[in-house]
Amino acid sequence: MSAPSSRRVISVTVRDEPGVLVRIAGLFARRGFNIASLSVAESETPGLSRTTFVVDGDPATIEQVQKQLQKLVDVLKVVDHTETNFVDRELMLIKVAVRGPDERVELRQIAQDFRARIVDVSRRALVFELTGDEGKMDAFIDQMQDFGIVELIRTGRIALPRSAGRNGGRGDAVAPPERADVT
Amino acid sequence: MNGAEVVIRALERHGVEVAFGHPGGAIMPVYDAIYDGNVRHVLVRHEQAGAHAADAYYRASGKPGVVIATSGPGATNLVTGLATAMMDSSAVVAITGNVPTSLIGTDAFQEADVYGITGPVTKHNFLVKRVEDLPRVIAEAFHIATTGRPGPVLVDIPKDVQQAAFEGDVDAEIEVDLPGFQPTWSGHAGQIRKAAEAIRAAERPVLMVGGGGQVAAPEVMAFAERLGVPVITTLMGIGAYPAGRDQSLGMPGMHGTVTSNRAITHCDLIIGAGLRFDDRVTGKISRFAPNATVVHIDVDPAEISKLVHAHVPVVGDLRDVLPRLADELGPLDVEPWWAQLREWKARYPERYKTEKPLVSQEVIELMRDVVGSDAIVATDVGQHQMFAARLYPTNAPRTWITSGGLGTMGFGLPAAIGAAFANPGTPVVLIAGDGSIQMNIQELATIRKHDLPIFIAITNNGVLGMVRQWQELFHAQRYSEIFLADSNPDFAKVAEAYGIEGHNVFDRETAQALVPEVVARGGPALLNFVVYESEKVFPMIPAGAGVDEMMIGDQEPDAEATS
Repeated sequence: MSAPSSRRVISVTVRDEPGVLVRIAGLFARRGFNIASLSVAESETPGLSRTTFVVDGDPATIEQVQKQLQKLVDVLKVVDHTETNFVDRELMLIKVAVRGPDERVELRQIAQDFRARIVDVSRRALVFELTGDEGKMDAFIDQMQDFGIVELIRTGRIALPRSAGRNGGRGDAVAPPERADVT
Repeated sequence: MNGAEVVIRALERHGVEVAFGHPGGAIMPVYDAIYDGNVRHVLVRHEQAGAHAADAYYRASGKPGVVIATSGPGATNLVTGLATAMMDSSAVVAITGNVPTSLIGTDAFQEADVYGITGPVTKHNFLVKRVEDLPRVIAEAFHIATTGRPGPVLVDIPKDVQQAAFEGDVDAEIEVDLPGFQPTWSGHAGQIRKAAEAIRAAERPVLMVGGGGQVAAPEVMAFAERLGVPVITTLMGIGAYPAGRDQSLGMPGMHGTVTSNRAITHCDLIIGAGLRFDDRVTGKISRFAPNATVVHIDVDPAEISKLVHAHVPVVGDLRDVLPRLADELGPLDVEPWWAQLREWKARYPERYKTEKPLVSQEVIELMRDVVGSDAIVATDVGQHQMFAARLYPTNAPRTWITSGGLGTMGFGLPAAIGAAFANPGTPVVLIAGDGSIQMNIQELATIRKHDLPIFIAITNNGVLGMVRQWQELFHAQRYSEIFLADSNPDFAKVAEAYGIEGHNVFDRETAQALVPEVVARGGPALLNFVVYESEKVFPMIPAGAGVDEMMIGDQEPDAEATS
């Protein structure tokens, strides 16, 4: 009966009040919603922050998430980007083991293909910085598995709707350009 | 003027006449201001009771209830009361003291993270760190508590903020500016039109009214009259439409009437007005109203399609939506439907067997017949609550006070107190059980102190009756931890110890003779009726079963009934 679960990107504009994040996180916890990732930072308007959630759920659950968020007094706006054309990005730092010069060359080559920057170099490891969408992150991690990932950290996704125009607007299915170089 | 005086002045300005509460260290400046202020303070003997009393004060009057408590244990004692108010959408403003800001986070004496603890059980809460914010915060608290779907709001005020000098104009007008809080009052015209179309097409419609109907009783009445539609009132909706009228089918759900539940199963349209389709109402969702188009009108959009899919959602206040909807509609031609409903009603009247010792049902009917239907009826939680909902439902809004959503045992006694303060001079009947009365029995002191016209009827079956019923029916008669009789107090003596008239009643004849006598004296009084232990509430839909899977108990079954 229930519709399939899907991943949604929701951004929430909130008043910068102490404890607002606790309210949102608490709401997710007590209503049994799953947060895949969460990021928070100040927005362009002083006193307001923008948080981006990635949540998993069937359409009814996602509708409830949005309605319950909207009920919070400190929440000004809830946008489900999944329904619109949006840009989303994530930042990752990943430390990969290096076991000799050959591997080092190979890693540099892969990094170049992904447009990943090397931000720390030592004899036994490299730290890469990578931005992009979720698919790109996952693809890069997949490649790095063979070398040995020592540590990694991801910021979680942030998202904004695209402006209407040649590459934007509702219903425009053009993929973000850099997706091309990982497939 | 200090922060505490600002608080009391703000309460006065918001029209608060009565506040319930209990003092303590971190709220002492506020109590010092109460000493000189114009807010009448009612000292309760437990903060939980204060919260319930404030909650019931709102339910009975429509004016926000106020409760005041100290930090730490005072505030944590409010939690059950706030959760109760939250579930039943009751406008409560709770004011708590906290340790001075310099000590917050240091595990100071009587410190608890009240802001954190009460977040999930309030509509909104505040921790006030600057005295200059107090007038604005209190204005926002009242605005949030009473606007849209009502609910409890807590304002936590550290002691140093209460003591700090306030330099502004305490009486300055405050424009509440909350861009994130803009509840919808007015229903969308297009949705109302769609709702009217759906209703016009219906052959077997029902109007289901929930707690939201308490604010819109005249609109509910006008709507029901115009359409001639059968009316089902949920536990929270009792009184929003008079139970005694022909159009009323009674309560739906787990312990609802046969007629209401049958109507839900067979109807082709539900107009849900100010209700949230609680699981105790719907039973198993997939078997709930399988043939019905659902028009759901509620002020809270999050309730729409939360549990039962709404084919036509209308977000708005019933006071706006129902008259506009009625304007689009005339009387519905649903006579065949009414013929069926009347047949069920005639076949399944309220019935119980009395060829046994005194039973709870007749005690409740006796109270109803003697005190009358103009009284306010408060209940505790359990079997007696369901019996009361079925046998002593009231006919006017804001006269039926019960803990519906949270099902809080111990709610009844303080709720009766809150209702009595909300309606001075109106008699209040409390129907309680011997289990639940003991969860806040200390409030007999508050009743005594203010000589409130409260008649407490304990239907004392010596067990936790509802738990016993489930154990008998679903746990193979394994009666685990339900026996109270061997250690119950002598309730009449308890009442007398508090200076309240008390009687233990063991038989029918005494009950019939005594109740009119006691009621004539005006109260307060406690009547402890020792009743048949194994009486069960029927009909019953077992938890998780469908509305069409009712157990009808003592009733004569027909082809559709399971016994």
